[in-house]
Amino acid sequence: MQIENSAFERVLDADPAAFVADWLNEVRASASSSGAGASATGDADARGLVEALRAGVRGGAPLGRFDDAGWQSLREGLASLSASRAAQGASAGDTSHFVMAVKRPLVLGLQRQVGDDPQKLFDLMWLVSTFVDKMAQWTSGTFQKSREEVIRRQQEELLELSTPVVKLWEGVLAVPMIGTLDSSRTQIVMESLLQRIVETGSELAIIDITGVPTVDTLVAQHLLKTVTAIRLMGADCIISGIRPQIAQTIVHLGIDLQGIVTKATLADALAVAIRRAGFTVTREKR
Amino acid sequence: MERIPVLRMGRVLLVTIQVDLQDQMALQLQDDLSAKIEQTGATGVLIDISALEIVDSFIGRMLAGISGIARVLDATTVVVGMQPAVAITLVELGLSLEGVRTALDVERGMALLRADGRDTLDD
Repeated sequence: MQIENSAFERVLDADPAAFVADWLNEVRASASSSGAGASATGDADARGLVEALRAGVRGGAPLGRFDDAGWQSLREGLASLSASRAAQGASAGDTSHFVMAVKRPLVLGLQRQVGDDPQKLFDLMWLVSTFVDKMAQWTSGTFQKSREEVIRRQQEELLELSTPVVKLWEGVLAVPMIGTLDSSRTQIVMESLLQRIVETGSELAIIDITGVPTVDTLVAQHLLKTVTAIRLMGADCIISGIRPQIAQTIVHLGIDLQGIVTKATLADALAVAIRRAGFTVTREKR
Repeated sequence: MERIPVLRMGRVLLVTIQVDLQDQMALQLQDDLSAKIEQTGATGVLIDISALEIVDSFIGRMLAGISGIARVLDATTVVVGMQPAVAITLVELGLSLEGVRTALDVERGMALLRADGRDTLDD
């Protein structure tokens, strides 16, 4: 191990600036036609990674084992590289390509160092090759994780965006539900609606499901739960916006909506609400 | 042991639960309340649980039980001020408290009992 590490150390120490330049040239030369391989921060990224690589080699970390504690700073460097590339919107292929491109300058450097001993050169090249592959693999892994993180955050934001509780009238709240209803979304809607009922002291809540594409037994169960919770708190609930197809589905599925006030449109529900509150709506003669 | 006070207001009995309800206290309350309804001839029972933040199935069942007992003794029960978290918990436990009337706050609960038109008979 020690012999290999010293060979690598010599390669990296020989001329770090030239090494980084070779690396970036390689990235540019073999980049895909879109040319996205070399980004604006490529230089700084490469220099940081070379530093981490050197620290690992000098610390005697085994090249055969990428998961060794000695490679901790290299792994962190690669993780932050993939995170920043993911945030910039680079593709996974370009990001791992950037890392793979380090293979050529490393191999060339080794050739300069031990070119006169073919057997040794071959052994070292094999080590370099597998090591760089592992670096690239790790980078793609963390790249994917960062992308998934972005997706998860967007999902959460979407969840909050899509469930506003609006005040329609004095003592009347409405929730226009948009999109497919699953357990977590219904839970959020239920919680925010119940919270608003307490805050505003509203006695009537209207759940409008015009924007809900399908209603199955699970969705219906979620709706029933919400209605029951609203009743327990001492308010009442109307479900509006039931389209003809959904009405048919509900009946065919044998879902029991007995005891729940349902209306075809939000306007009908509002009319009921206004009447219950003791108001009458009249048109002024002109 | 702590006891939950039962206050009389006209023909309505007012119970305000201000502490976390222990099972023993709940049973005691059930006893006290049924005795008091019989004693005073109350026609309405108003239970304010706005300070109650934790419920379990036992407490849920007890609320339904009190309402049932009161109904047998010819009094209407209104549970007021249930917190959202409590409502969600009860629904998830499968307790919809059928037959228990609910209102958002004490004022509305009183209005509900008054609308029954029975608590005005005596005064």
